[in-house]
Amino acid sequence: MKTLQKCKVLSNVPLTHDVYRMILENDTSWIHHPGQFVNVTIEGQYLKRPISICDWDEHSLTLIYKVVGKGTEIMSQKIAGDVMEILTDLGNGFHTETAANEVVLLGGGVGVPPMFGTAKQCLKEGKKVHVILGFASKKDAFYLDEFKQLGVDVSVCTNDGTLGTKGFVTDVMKEKGLTDVFYMACGPLPMLKAIYQTSNAKGLLSFEERMGCGFGACMGCSCKTITGYKRICVEGPVMESEDILWKD
Amino acid sequence: MERLSVELCGWKLDNPVIPASGTFGFGYEFAQFYDINRLGSIATKGTTRESRYGNPTPRIAECDRGMINAVGLQNPGIDKVISEEFPKLKEVYHKKVVANVSGFSVEEYVECAMKMDKEDIVGIIEINISCPNVSHGGMSFGTDPQAAAEVTRAVKAVTTKPVFIKLTPNVTDIVAIAKAVEEAGADGISMINTLLGARFDLKTGKPIIANIMGGFSGPAIKPVALRMVYQVYKAVSIPIIGIGGIATAEDVIEMMSAGATAIQVGAENCRNPYACMQIIEDLPKVMDRYGIKTLKEIIGRAHR
Repeated sequence: MKTLQKCKVLSNVPLTHDVYRMILENDTSWIHHPGQFVNVTIEGQYLKRPISICDWDEHSLTLIYKVVGKGTEIMSQKIAGDVMEILTDLGNGFHTETAANEVVLLGGGVGVPPMFGTAKQCLKEGKKVHVILGFASKKDAFYLDEFKQLGVDVSVCTNDGTLGTKGFVTDVMKEKGLTDVFYMACGPLPMLKAIYQTSNAKGLLSFEERMGCGFGACMGCSCKTITGYKRICVEGPVMESEDILWKD
Repeated sequence: MERLSVELCGWKLDNPVIPASGTFGFGYEFAQFYDINRLGSIATKGTTRESRYGNPTPRIAECDRGMINAVGLQNPGIDKVISEEFPKLKEVYHKKVVANVSGFSVEEYVECAMKMDKEDIVGIIEINISCPNVSHGGMSFGTDPQAAAEVTRAVKAVTTKPVFIKLTPNVTDIVAIAKAVEEAGADGISMINTLLGARFDLKTGKPIIANIMGGFSGPAIKPVALRMVYQVYKAVSIPIIGIGGIATAEDVIEMMSAGATAIQVGAENCRNPYACMQIIEDLPKVMDRYGIKTLKEIIGRAHR
């Protein structure tokens, strides 16, 4: 259920020079799928910040975010014991139960976090899971060990070749012969489009957009799809790849 | 709750708090958060004759104490609003709405208003001649007294319900527009719509909004709205629904003092889904603090 909740910060630490992990105390029984998001209130900033859920257990919620402006900068300065306000239960998330028994999960940059919770859920459902993570450079990489600890097949690539394969997640996808495997992905738009074009399989893609309300009232984050207009915040952020009207 | 009640053209509202069109969808999304029957009314999403997707994204840019939107009247079109959206709203809401209508020609306003006029759920028809986010329509009717009067007359000729005209602040003399629509038969005025604004990305230097400009709203515009409501109240004798930056019960009292009979809450719904309910809950306490017995008594008190 969507509610505005105050939660205690349990920890807030940098993972790279500009990516942080915040763990909040929270009764997460409202989460129904990985890839859902929360809208975080930032004092002094007018709108909330939509941030996808990376991981959760019964009592805590993990958010991984990149400092890209004033709002996320304020967020990065929070310390354990501070209180954050979040609007919960937003977005549809990855409906992993609709996916095939073998899946490839692809994350690019700050699109990596929701794929972690998705990987855990897929494993719980007994799926065979391949993970491909892409970053700009070695200094931007995070959560590799966490993914490996899940016991899944993890590959990494960087744009400049400083870590793993030099190139894009789609290069790794081809290299590893995963172009016929059901995919789930989150990352920049060009990456999502490249995955759609490279793969012969179907998949689920998580999109990003500037949002007003985050719960479907303002129509700020609408997109056109084959089956009609959709709100990224309600009918998304996860869409079926075949439903997307790809622009040139 | 008699002390909160107000009356708009014979329609008694339990309280003056109405979420503004475009920030509240068709209402039912908010039923997830609270009982929306506690609201004075709901101004429904701007409705046009045809279905509209609106402008490309990004459509939203944050500002200091406000936001810019360039949604561009996304809506499923009047027939679907009546056949699909209103029934969904009626499942969770039992009062009447302020039905916001927009158009690109006088004929379109007339057709939509006629259809809204037949709906039981509609209490007031709000004619939006002030949307800054569409070309050849919307605001172009709201910036010229003659065009504004023409739309008003045409809509009044085919409707029986009260017609409120929603005015744009993006004019030199809003009083002239207000007088023109009053003379043309408007039953009331909703004001103000958003102020035209823009923001640019510091890294790229490019506009944040795909449509470059959009409508600026939020607490930052409240003084502009207060000033305009004050000026228009002085010049007309029809009721005003005050809109612009209202976020607290104090803001409601200030807007009603300037001359509003009821108020609408816009941008604040986007940052806090509970905003309207919070305002309604706070009103009695804040009224006590300022020695106000009933809200009716403070309408336009700035002028007395």
